[in-house]
Amino acid sequence: MLHVIDRRPNGRGKSAVNRERFLRRYKTQIQAAVKKMIGERHLADMERGGEVRVPKKDISEPSFGFGRGGDREIVLPGNREYAVGDRIPRPKNAGGARGGNDNGQGDGEDAFVFSLSREEFMQIFFDDLELPNLARTELGRAERQKSARAGYRKTGVPANLAIVRTLSQSLARRIALGGVLARELQALESAFSVAVAVGQSDFAAEVHAQSERLARRRAGLPFLEESDLRYRNRVLRPEPIARAVMFCLMDVSASMDEEKKDLAKRFFTLLYLFLARQYGEVELIFIRHTDDAEEVDEDTFFHDTRTGGTVVSSALELAEKIRSERYARGWNVYAAQASDGDAFGADPARSARFLRERLLPATRYYTYLELAAPAVQEQASTLWAEYARVAEATGNFAMRRATEREQIYPVFRDLFRKESQ
Amino acid sequence: MSPISRGTDWDFDLLERYDSAIAHVAASFGLDTYPNQIEIITSEQMLDAYATSGLPVGYPHWSYGKEFIRNEQAYRRGMQGLAYEIVINSNPCIAYLMEENTMATQALVIAHACYGHNSFFKGNHLFRQWTAADAILDYLVFARRYVMECEERRGAAAVEEVLDACHALMPHGVDRYRRPAALSLKAETVRLAEREAHRERHFNDLWRTLPERSPEIATPAACFPAEPQENILYFVEKYSPKLEPWQRELVRIVRKLAQYFYPQAQTKVMNEGWATFWHYTILNRLHEQGLVNDGFMLEFLKSHTNVTGQPAFDSPVYSGLNPYALGFAMFADLRRICERPDAEDREWFPQLAGSDWRVTLDFAMRNFKDDSFIAQYLSPRLMREFHLFAIADHTDQDALRVDSIHDEHGYRRVRKLLAQQHAQEIRVPDVQVVRFDRDGDRALTLRHLRHRGRPLTETTTQVVAHLRRLWGFAVRLETWENDVRIGDVVECPA
Repeated sequence: MLHVIDRRPNGRGKSAVNRERFLRRYKTQIQAAVKKMIGERHLADMERGGEVRVPKKDISEPSFGFGRGGDREIVLPGNREYAVGDRIPRPKNAGGARGGNDNGQGDGEDAFVFSLSREEFMQIFFDDLELPNLARTELGRAERQKSARAGYRKTGVPANLAIVRTLSQSLARRIALGGVLARELQALESAFSVAVAVGQSDFAAEVHAQSERLARRRAGLPFLEESDLRYRNRVLRPEPIARAVMFCLMDVSASMDEEKKDLAKRFFTLLYLFLARQYGEVELIFIRHTDDAEEVDEDTFFHDTRTGGTVVSSALELAEKIRSERYARGWNVYAAQASDGDAFGADPARSARFLRERLLPATRYYTYLELAAPAVQEQASTLWAEYARVAEATGNFAMRRATEREQIYPVFRDLFRKESQ
Repeated sequence: MSPISRGTDWDFDLLERYDSAIAHVAASFGLDTYPNQIEIITSEQMLDAYATSGLPVGYPHWSYGKEFIRNEQAYRRGMQGLAYEIVINSNPCIAYLMEENTMATQALVIAHACYGHNSFFKGNHLFRQWTAADAILDYLVFARRYVMECEERRGAAAVEEVLDACHALMPHGVDRYRRPAALSLKAETVRLAEREAHRERHFNDLWRTLPERSPEIATPAACFPAEPQENILYFVEKYSPKLEPWQRELVRIVRKLAQYFYPQAQTKVMNEGWATFWHYTILNRLHEQGLVNDGFMLEFLKSHTNVTGQPAFDSPVYSGLNPYALGFAMFADLRRICERPDAEDREWFPQLAGSDWRVTLDFAMRNFKDDSFIAQYLSPRLMREFHLFAIADHTDQDALRVDSIHDEHGYRRVRKLLAQQHAQEIRVPDVQVVRFDRDGDRALTLRHLRHRGRPLTETTTQVVAHLRRLWGFAVRLETWENDVRIGDVVECPA
């Protein structure tokens, strides 16, 4: 009596709960590993999972067992040359037995290595930022026309010629027309041989002439005709724009220390992650500024130091210049600016005006993070005051001050909420 | 007869046809089995099953997650293949078959698990005595629900703490001998009545004239427990002064699981050997009958030889004696001794040579465990084939010494040592509860009986700390050898 049960539809993931328990138990080690990865990684790589090493002794489950020492005998298979009384030098690493399996497992055994999936990585990343589960939100409304394949048509330009399709048309036509001729030809040939056999030479000659005519017609069937030609058909369809460009603007003047840069990196990462979820393609532009602005690559952006004053408007102008030159049409533009707010003279007012009049109308969302030292948190900078007025007047601008990592997420809260409506 | 199928693909219909053919052959050899239940699973589900030692239902615990991650990593990197099957000692006997297997492999697995292992579970005395095949699945469901309810009420961390501690003591949570059953009220009444009657029958007024003993002598310095207790988890469950009822139940659950796995750990060689022997015998019989073709047999033989390979001790892939190889070789050799004995066999196994092999193998399967099985049946021929030799590792020697080899003088010694190597009592250190200071500080004292100077590992302190967590008061671990206390006492204060 046999029961066969197909358990495959039950699905996997019975161990998911246990895996999650494991991750929770070793959360501190894993968080440390994730933090290290965040520091080392490029923004665009941030979303991948990663490998975590946990020291083996931390996760071992203890039980009473035998240590080294004492007297014992071990039975092993595969004796070739030993006789009773032979002496074998004690192997260095193993607990006694000269097992070949002890080789080559030195350092690798000290750590328990496993990979975090993308989701787990993100969860730990967001845990740190005290971010609630980030749901996939609706795509932006911007649209563009995109041509798409839509079957075949009989007219078109040579570049769109569908060769395989054309040839199969031609083959079909030749079989259809040639087959009839071949049958007729066969009938004539048999009539001819009958006529020859019974001696009707006139009839035979007539039949022969007819069959020759048919053979000529068959040979004359064209390989390709106008009617065989087929062209790939393309139609234009509206499609949401699936690309975004993200401007990262950062003040790198002397007052921005490593601590603040780390905060800024998390701020940029968060916006990047959000965009990467929304758009198929996200380009990154890094603009740093002191008293003048320049476009740099990511490593320079985060790790290179510069000295100088602060002129915020220079960065905004450069951003607008790059946008209008390279990303004028068909791009969703986002920008994130991090600064400690130390701007002087006419610069803050000029920046705010430029932002309101030129940059914001072309941007889907603009975020500003002011990195303040804890001591001076109470006192708002001049840039902050100017920007605050911009924020009141426009809907796609958000600003926050932050001294701790946990304060970064709220900057985006409005953005996430808006998109998910 | 024509083959049941050609090609490598399987379907449910073919599974049933192979099963009925295999069942027919198995019955003709007299294999007695539980009914079978075959479950088809994917490789991912197989990884899930690995993590919980093959149990279909398990309570959540991080260690299973660790096991899962380890297996998954190894599998994804191609360092480890997956088993073709997992079989559960239950009634009906559940076997998991992977969907990736070819038809030949599925047939191999059905013969191996559903008839080999299954008959072993039903027949071997250890399984009969220590596991309740009818009840295990229900118990697992209960355990899972209970653990999860506790987590809901007391918090996952509190439950985890108890489970961690229990897992550390799991090898010391099994009964090796039956406890006397608790007396029922009826039996107790009868016993009291009998005792009363006995006293009346033998009444003698003279006893009254004897002087009464002084109370100090009447109660000798109470040593509790009266005898050392080897089942530490049982002792904790029954006598821990501090455990709450739900914690006691958790201890009990882990103890029950340990007990369920206890026979498996002791019969690895026999169990795998028996199953391998029968898949080999059954499929060869199918081939003789023409029910499977040569292609099938070639594929089967490839899997079979993979499983029963035994690398030498100095090979880079050596990882201990392969229980499949040793077990299969022993059962096959036992059959040979019965059917075609030579002079050596007649000398070593006079009562086996020439006997009915089916009866002999059945007897061996039912009444032994690994150590006794090896001690009883390992033949000199097999020791030569496996090139078995023993090395002595003694602390006072600076080199290892070859103790005995597979020759005339060494056979008995090698066999005895190999049997000891498979004995559970020797693999797990002997740690027992010797004293529970009930009237004093409630401290618990354990005694490690050291054997031939072999010390415990350094994780011992952690285990004692775990026990301390369960016990609630101080726990001490003493080490004794030859009635002498040795070394420091590992102590975890209250």
